[in-house]
Amino acid sequence: MSVMMYRDALRRALYEEMKADPRVFVLGEDVGAYGGAYAVTKGLSAEFGTERVRDTPMSEAMIVGAAVGAAMVGGRPVAEIMYVDFITLAMDQIVNQAAKIHYMFGGQIKVPCVIRTQQGTGRGAGAQHSQSLESWFIHTPGLKVVAPATPADAYGLLRASIQDDNPVIFLEHKGLYAVKDEVPDEPYVTPIGVADVKREGSDVTLITYSRMLHVALDAAKQLAEQNVSVEVIDLRSLLPLDMDTVLRSVAKTRRAVVLHEAVLTGGLGGELSARINEALFSELLAPVQRVTAPDVPLPANVTLEKYLVPNAEQVKKAIEKTLESKQKVH
Amino acid sequence: MELDLTKSLYHSMLLIRRSEERILEEMMKGNLASTMCHVSIGQEAVAAGVCSAMQPQDYLTSTHRGHGHFIARGGGLSRMMAELFGKETGYCKGRGGSMHITDVSIGHLGANGIVGGHLGIATGAALWTSLNKSDAVTVCFFGEGAVNEGITHESINMAALWKLPVIFVVENNHYAMSLAWERSTPQLSFTERARAYGIPGVDVDGQDVLAVREVALEAIERARRGEGPTLIGAHTYRFLGHSRADPSKYRPAEEEERERARDPLTIMRAKVGAEMISDQDVEAYEQQVKEVLDAAVKFAEDSPLAQPSTLFEDIYA
Repeated sequence: MSVMMYRDALRRALYEEMKADPRVFVLGEDVGAYGGAYAVTKGLSAEFGTERVRDTPMSEAMIVGAAVGAAMVGGRPVAEIMYVDFITLAMDQIVNQAAKIHYMFGGQIKVPCVIRTQQGTGRGAGAQHSQSLESWFIHTPGLKVVAPATPADAYGLLRASIQDDNPVIFLEHKGLYAVKDEVPDEPYVTPIGVADVKREGSDVTLITYSRMLHVALDAAKQLAEQNVSVEVIDLRSLLPLDMDTVLRSVAKTRRAVVLHEAVLTGGLGGELSARINEALFSELLAPVQRVTAPDVPLPANVTLEKYLVPNAEQVKKAIEKTLESKQKVH
Repeated sequence: MELDLTKSLYHSMLLIRRSEERILEEMMKGNLASTMCHVSIGQEAVAAGVCSAMQPQDYLTSTHRGHGHFIARGGGLSRMMAELFGKETGYCKGRGGSMHITDVSIGHLGANGIVGGHLGIATGAALWTSLNKSDAVTVCFFGEGAVNEGITHESINMAALWKLPVIFVVENNHYAMSLAWERSTPQLSFTERARAYGIPGVDVDGQDVLAVREVALEAIERARRGEGPTLIGAHTYRFLGHSRADPSKYRPAEEEERERARDPLTIMRAKVGAEMISDQDVEAYEQQVKEVLDAAVKFAEDSPLAQPSTLFEDIYA
């Protein structure tokens, strides 16, 4: 085990994949000598050259398009979109092209590419640099979507994503790059589509992903002092969703709270709530609660931004609400 | 049919023309599985001329109006017809239809339903072949409607910047659905447009298959030498409406009459003379094409329909 920052774990995954497979290459804005806006690709162009770690013009549609086209003829590109907010400029390439090509052409062509980007709040970056847009991608069959919360998963999921034969939207979080944690020294992959039970508990299941995992664990720890046992699930992959793990946990605790940084309406919380209700309605002791950002654009102001980001207090309140529910036990 | 180059260019255009006429006929009979079908009748010289200049290792990307590119590249008519009929023997297992006809085994990277969407793919394919030191060139066909899409600028800029082996072929049929080319941009010359990217641009008569072939050969060989992309503006005309639903009332009748008189098949015969392509030759090609199309339609008719049970296959590789 080595203690490693999230950004360094990502870089290690890129480095090892590029060493192992000559088909892997990196492209994006400022990914070369500059090392990436969040320093993930630092040093890679010196190691692998400026062709394999390629600075592109500011052309998001074309960055993704280049990745898709290269993937179709034998490459395994890893494209970086500096902010998820900028991915709006590349949505055709992701939604109509990358996600559809394998299916639409009858399975003739594979599109093994990774679109790395980062999202989320924490830096007062404002309405166009702070969003959490995962719902747009999970609404698109043909894509895989992952959102690691820890350095160990950032490493393992990036390796798995690069090795995957499908287009993967790899959602990093700008607030996690400097987070340090243990990462095994031996190479490994973290399989896509497998959630992780981060903390076992018996009273309520708290389901989350990305940076909100750390808020969830904080709330769970605080509630443990009040003798409330919270099971925390880190989804890690958002498409496909590991419903087996979620439902197994909720069947046990009979209460569920979903926590995410993305806005409420159309968010993953609604999807999870619906699926839990469909599978376990008669078992539930309380309605599934959602803790999310409200439906508000984010201001470029760290103080104001904080009011829109879910915190441990809100999570605790939501959990307490599930515990107080008067729903009859059958 | 073994033919020399000149004859095979004519044959290729005739095959496209008759195939699309047959597709329309089958559509009227209710045999097509999808309502989406765009024919390129009148534009055959662009597909035939450019594809004749390609090598087996080369790639192409195509558009919603893509039967011509597919056929000129050597795509099989039986499985194409089966695809249009929604049969499981179709190239895309009956899921792609006319608009997404593809045979990757001949370097065809897909007919794309998003105007301009495949310029990224073509440029990306060229990026990989360049990185991978392969000598393949990618040909990207698109209509003049795509010229005003944002990704067109991004693609040509990136390809020019990195000298990627990709050829941008604008099939300028002068109408983006109902919008005339002159009403969509103030810069009508592709030679001029290419200057902004520092690459060669050529405006060519898209009804003259030999002229198209010549500029394509030069562009493809230039790209193969590592000297980068060329923008080819092939000026052609869509003889029919945008789709079956379009009576093309937005086009002046005299313009249609004038342009339809510039039929690429007629122009070629006039250019090469009867000693090169005789009436007997044409008769023989017509007969052979009819037989091929009859067989293709029969194959499509006899093939099983794509089954609902396959709907959940191939979503992921």
